[in-house]
Amino acid sequence: MTAAAFVFYVLALVTVMAAVMVIAARNPVHAVLFLILAFFNAAGLFLLAGAEFLAMALVVVYVGAVAVLFLFVVMMLDIHFVQLREGFLRYLPVGVLVGVVLLAELVLVFGASAFDAQPAPPPPAPAAPSNTEALGRLLYTDYFYLFQAAGVILLIAMIGAISLTLRHRPDAKRQDIAAQVHRRREETLEIRKVKPRTGI
Amino acid sequence: MDWAVVLPEAFLFLAALLLLLFGTLFERQAARWVAALAVLALFVAAFLVLAQGGEARTAFFGQFVVDRFSAFVKVLLFVTAGGTILIATGYLQDLRLERFEWPLLALLATLGMAMMVSANSLLALYMALELQSLPLYVLAASRRDSLRASEAGLKYFVLGALASGLLLYGASLVYGFAGTLSFAGLAEAAQRGLSTGALVGLIFLIAGLAFKLAAVPFHMWTPDVYEGAPTPVTAFLAGAPKLAAMALALRLLFGPFAEAAAEWQQVIVLVAVASMLLGAFAAIGQRNIKRLMAYSSIGHVGYALIGVAAADQVGLQAVLVFMAIYVIMTVGCFGCILMMRRGGRYVEQIEDLAGLSRHQPMMALAMALFMFSMAGIPPLAGFFGKLYVFLAAVEAGLVWLAVVGVLTSVVAAFYYLRIVKVMYFDAPAQPFDPLPRPELHAVTAASAVFVVGFLFLPGPIVDTAQLAAEALLP
Repeated sequence: MTAAAFVFYVLALVTVMAAVMVIAARNPVHAVLFLILAFFNAAGLFLLAGAEFLAMALVVVYVGAVAVLFLFVVMMLDIHFVQLREGFLRYLPVGVLVGVVLLAELVLVFGASAFDAQPAPPPPAPAAPSNTEALGRLLYTDYFYLFQAAGVILLIAMIGAISLTLRHRPDAKRQDIAAQVHRRREETLEIRKVKPRTGI
Repeated sequence: MDWAVVLPEAFLFLAALLLLLFGTLFERQAARWVAALAVLALFVAAFLVLAQGGEARTAFFGQFVVDRFSAFVKVLLFVTAGGTILIATGYLQDLRLERFEWPLLALLATLGMAMMVSANSLLALYMALELQSLPLYVLAASRRDSLRASEAGLKYFVLGALASGLLLYGASLVYGFAGTLSFAGLAEAAQRGLSTGALVGLIFLIAGLAFKLAAVPFHMWTPDVYEGAPTPVTAFLAGAPKLAAMALALRLLFGPFAEAAAEWQQVIVLVAVASMLLGAFAAIGQRNIKRLMAYSSIGHVGYALIGVAAADQVGLQAVLVFMAIYVIMTVGCFGCILMMRRGGRYVEQIEDLAGLSRHQPMMALAMALFMFSMAGIPPLAGFFGKLYVFLAAVEAGLVWLAVVGVLTSVVAAFYYLRIVKVMYFDAPAQPFDPLPRPELHAVTAASAVFVVGFLFLPGPIVDTAQLAAEALLP
């Protein structure tokens, strides 16, 4: 067994174990931490396959942003995970049945015509030395249209999230910097001479 | 030049950005202006599509295609979406939902629909579909203080995400077996014969699109979302997105997978029969008119799929004519539903229409015309839509499918005619409030005129639909 194969099996094993723990862990915070472990190992698998850009993107995007967001949500929201899981055993047989049927169908499909029965043309050899550069070149040429479309989708998501959650409350006290700056001494201060031992 | 090809879409997007800026600057006062300008932008975009001419061109390395087919569908989409935004504004004002985001999101959804129609690869298809769906989820949930609207939005979102997952899974299988994502490449692969794996992928793709079309057995979300969402949103959902999803299905099935017609035909026939049956029988017991329209739309998608099952140019033309008539009819019908206001509150039960002919004869007449047309009674437009589809099925040798279509139409006629009976022969309820909204009345009247006038002037739709069909399936 070569070193690469050994590393692969270790990473793959830990990924699968962590993924199982994500759904099995009792404490939701632990579940998210196991998810992060799974992400890191998947990134390691990408590195092994020579896709260093994907590995880094996985760490930055999924660990850095998505998992942290999950942690926030899990910690902020008061969700009773035990209640959520009440029906788990009841629905398990149905879920397993559907899964087994789907698996059997896919095995039949792939058995009937394996991937190599009709070989797909191999992907073109990368023109750029590193795959980050190759991805960048593709993204801004062949897939420029899709790249822009993805940008529009993100813009829509932003508009949607804001319009669904933003509430204008007229009674809320907001800071108005212009008003603060334009305040003059005469409007706010009143100077009185107070004699000793008398009130105002 | 790439930008000349995407000019209508680029214009719509720029207009949306400017309106967003305008809306955020002026906030509440801007809502009505943003709606008016959005409608204007849609009509300008429709004009730009017409100005592009008809020849087939691709742009952005074959990701995007325009031809007569896309031009036909886009003009129809822009006009329908514009009409829906027009009739929606008054209702939103009454419910204090008038926000500039509403027309803006509708505009962006329409942009996504236009990109769906012009998609020329599986990736472009998926991106456009998401671009179209995302604003619709937000719109469906836009009434935050209503439990039903929130439920509708959430249901729509979760099931829509599931549909996207199915579609993506199918696309990945097709890519794995055919080795390409572009429609041109897939057409070549289909000519060499599709492997079983690619066919399974195609079935998943069809399932994902059937979700968006609300065809049985992927229809479960439709009644709840139609009922729960605010009525203008329902009107929007029932019109343009249906047309766009159907156009996308046509481009996919008649473009790259035309060679595999024998395989997908069986699936489409099954879905069509199930949709027609469910649309006819499940609507009978409905009391809420929006729920009724939901089942009616499921049934109509079933009829349209008959034309797809015919799998030839005649069938393609029939589907386009049918969908064009259906969306225009639906906008008018929802125009009438939006007029159902009594004592300052909007009502949506069928009994609320009782005796409408005594108080508002014009509205009753328009509603009766739409109902007769949807039931497929000659000489109204809806009859011709069904006629084209059934004729296409008969010519393609699917006589039994046409027979099922005619029989389910007869069943469906029961509930359409019941509405007419309630309006004309039942004891009158309280009259509806008079609504001083010229734009609502104008759009509804235009739709009613179309429903009646199609008999005398079918050319603009039928002939251009034929050109569109020739462009897609030479």
